[in-house]
Order: sequence, then C-alpha cells, then structure tokens
Amino acid sequence: MIDLEICCGTTCYMLGGAALLELEKALPEEWRQLVDVRAVPCTDACAREDLGRAPFVRLNGELIANATREKIYLRLSELVAAAGGEK
Amino acid sequence: MSNGAERLRRELMIRVVREFKKGTLAENIDRMPVAIRPRHSEFSRCCVYHDRAVLKYRLMALMGCDCRREDEDETKPLHEYLKETMSDPVRPERPLTVCAAGCDGCPESRINITTNCRGCFARPCVFSCPKGAIHVEDQHAVVDYSKCIKCGKCLQVCPFNAIIKTKVPCEDACPVGAIRKNEFGVADIDFDKCIYCGKCYSKCPFSAIMERSELLRVLEALKSGKKLVALVAPSAQFQFPGGIGKLFSAIAAVGFFDVIEVALGAELTTENEAKEFIERMKKGEKLMTTSCCTAYVELVKRHVPQLLDRVSDTPSPMRYAGRLAREKHPDAINVFIGPCIAKRLEAAESEEIDMAMTFEELGALLAGWGVDIMSQPEWPIPRPAIVTARNFAKSCGVTEAVLNELLGESGDIKLDGKFFNGIDAKSAKLLALYAAGKLPGNFLEVMSCEGGCVGGPCSLIKN
Repeated sequence: MIDLEICCGTTCYMLGGAALLELEKALPEEWRQLVDVRAVPCTDACAREDLGRAPFVRLNGELIANATREKIYLRLSELVAAAGGEK
Repeated sequence: MSNGAERLRRELMIRVVREFKKGTLAENIDRMPVAIRPRHSEFSRCCVYHDRAVLKYRLMALMGCDCRREDEDETKPLHEYLKETMSDPVRPERPLTVCAAGCDGCPESRINITTNCRGCFARPCVFSCPKGAIHVEDQHAVVDYSKCIKCGKCLQVCPFNAIIKTKVPCEDACPVGAIRKNEFGVADIDFDKCIYCGKCYSKCPFSAIMERSELLRVLEALKSGKKLVALVAPSAQFQFPGGIGKLFSAIAAVGFFDVIEVALGAELTTENEAKEFIERMKKGEKLMTTSCCTAYVELVKRHVPQLLDRVSDTPSPMRYAGRLAREKHPDAINVFIGPCIAKRLEAAESEEIDMAMTFEELGALLAGWGVDIMSQPEWPIPRPAIVTARNFAKSCGVTEAVLNELLGESGDIKLDGKFFNGIDAKSAKLLALYAAGKLPGNFLEVMSCEGGCVGGPCSLIKN
C-alpha cells in the first residue's frame, strides 16, 4: 500500500491543500486499491523555510513541497510502477 | 488552489498576521513587497517592480485603505498607513476598491474575426447576424462595429471557430453595470450602482479589485486584550477541515472570548420571516421576498426600488446573531465572519455588528497564528442550531426553512416559492417583472451567489 498523506494544517489547507483532498475521488481506478489517501494535521513543514512552500504532502514518507495534483501523480506513477515490478 | 491571484492574496495575509503576532509588522511592512518579489525572482506582471507596486496597494487594502484615493501619494511608506490604521481605526465605508496599478485596462469587449476565417461559401455568420453587421471582403468576414450588438450569434455558427469575443471580465461579471473604465482607461467602480456582490473581485484575472479589509483592526483588538465574540456564518461548515466544532476551538485559540453560530440567528430569521409572510398574505399582498442576502437587498435599493416594499423587513441571521451575542456578552466586540463582501457593508450599518471578516481572512489568521484546526478539540457548542437554519447557506435553504416553519400553521395560505440561484445582468429586469406582479409565486428567495452563500466571493473552497 502506498501512503499518501495530505497535510490539512491551516496553512496548507489555505494554499491548496483543500483542493488536493479531492484527489482521492479523482484517482484512476487501478490506483485506488494501491493508495491510501489520508488527511493529516499540520506536519510543521510550513514553519521551516528550507523545505519549500505549502501545500505539503507525504508520499510513503517522502515530503513533497508546493504540491500539485500533477506532481503527486507523477511520483505516484513511479511508485506504482516500482510496486508492480516487485510483485 | 484555483489561481495564482488567490494564492498570493492568501500568502500575503498569512505573512501579515505572522509579522503582527511577532510584533514586527511596523518594522517589516515596507520591505514586504521586496521580500516577496526579490530582484531575481519570478514575476507575474511585467517585472518584479510592477509586482512590488501592486503588492504595496494590496497591503494598503488589507489595512482598509481606499487605493483609488491613496494612489495619489506613491511616496508614502506603508508603515505610515499602518500607524494611521492602528491609531484611528475608522471602518472603511465602502468595502471594495480598485488598484489602478494592478488593472490591465483590458480592451473593450468586441467581436473579432480571426485568421481562422476561410471566407466560406455558406457564410452562416452573415446569415445569423440579427443586425446585418457582417459582410465578406476579399474572402474574409468583416464586422461593422457601428451595427454590432455583440450578441455572439456568429460565434456559435462559425464552422471554423474563427470568431471570438474579447472580454472585460470585471464588466462582464458585474450584474449592474457598476464597473467601467475611467478616463485613464482603468477600471473604476460607480458606488451609486455597486451592490458589493464581489463578482468583479472574483473574476478579475489581474486581481485589481481589492477588498478593504478590517483584519488589522481585528488583530489590534485581539492583541490589546479586548473581549471579542466571533459570529460564524453557516457556510463555515463546508469550508474548513474537521467540522465547525474544531473550527470554533481554533477561533478561541487565537483569543476570541466566545464563538456563536450565526445559524442561531437564522432560526430567528426563519421564525419571524414566516410570521411576516402570513401577515403580509393576510393583508392581501401578492409577494414577499427574502432579505438575508445583502447584495440582493442593495440590488433592489439601487436598481429595482419599486420592489423594496416587497422585501421582508425581518433582520438577517447576522443581525439576530449579533443581538444574541449582545445579550450574552454586552461588553464584547462582535465580529462577523463569513464568505461575503456585501456583509461588510451591512455590518458597518448594523448596530449589532462591530467588525466583519471573511473566511479567507479567518483562515489566514489561524494559519499566521500557528493554529492547526484539525488538532483542536471539539468546541462544546451549548445548543447546536437546527439543520434548516444551518442550510441557510445554500440556495433554496431559506425557502425550505420557512416552509418547514409554516407546516401546519399557515391555514389556507399556501407558500408558492420561486428562487434566484445567483444574480446576473438579467436579474434586475426579472425582478422588475416580479414587482409588477407579472410573474407567478408569492415567496421569492434571491441569493446573489450561485449555490448560495457557500459560493461566496471570499469562501475558501469554490465548488
């Protein structure tokens, strides 16, 4: 299972996180069983300037700054492919 | 995130709140436009300098200034505006302003024939034009602008998509023709016509229409330890993560003394509006309209005055909630929080409301203060408002609540509900027909925003 945590801290939520929450419904059918999408409280990434800008998400623990649907899809497709390769 | 303008606006608000909380706002505010757009950063307008100039005006609007007036003095530093705002916190009398430096002066809306035109044999554009404004010269369609009424029929029939209509988004969005270019070619609002619906604010792609905010007044009141009560509009339930219980705790965490659901006011509006409806019908009146949407009431006052007698006299949920707050905390400052620009105007005119802010500003306040909504405990709401009152935020919600209230009590009077789910350029004409008794229905609900308040211009999530 691939773990997708969408930060719903107030800053992330304000700056795009709210729209990313819709992503779960929009995931392609074949990914839905592979990805566990969760809204999580503030990860404190927004308070640090060296990590980039909000909104933040975590994909299998890997932090993605300035997250957009496209960025998440791109990384997800790599992870899905890798997971498929292991099987 | 729906667009870059929204993102920048919110980032700026969050930054201002952070600096204010640290106590460094006065010291850093003049540098803020440069900090956001350093010399070699990406820019969104023609250059970093233009971006910085507009950021300065944006900060001024955030302090409640009227950018249209203030842009006469470009040299006045932001910290001086801040000092004035803090020492003499006058409520902005008009909640909207135009930043001339931000306005792109979009070219007049007109029909253009592009090079996609092949000067075809059938020429449906010529035949569809009701004014005979199109003819073909040298195998290319030509518009006679003295005849063209921009109806757009030619756009629809061209088989090559060769005809386009250039737009002026603010003018196209304004339902009352209140925004036009002035002699300098930049947008200006005619405040005799403006109904503060906020449609120009939402639609301007250059983000040149700005709200005159009271955020700094709220911050100053919080800092000075004043007793503030937050009155939260019903649409909040669809706007923040974690539900209103957590949201209310978050509001208290930044220093609000109490939080009250405006939906409790909506219960009183429902009850009294239902009574008023029965009374009016018994008197032989043919129509009553709702009055909770401020932009609609302004529309009637300014553009359809003959309908004014039909508008319900029952106060809005915001005002009733303000009264409840006054009873509970007579010495407190009442701060209305909603998705609306027009409510700022109503708030300024209401004795029960002292300040108004938007969901966007509330979000920025919580973010800048470092309050995470999701990790808050549930706020003990003493008595949650009933569902029909909370649904005031949705189109048809008011009608449903009144219908529900009337169940079994209306005798032989039947409510025949009609509604406007959002107003546009045709609304004033239609409302005039309602005033003249030419249209069916005896209860008319009008919401300026599509979907109701949940679609408000200052909501966080646009559906």
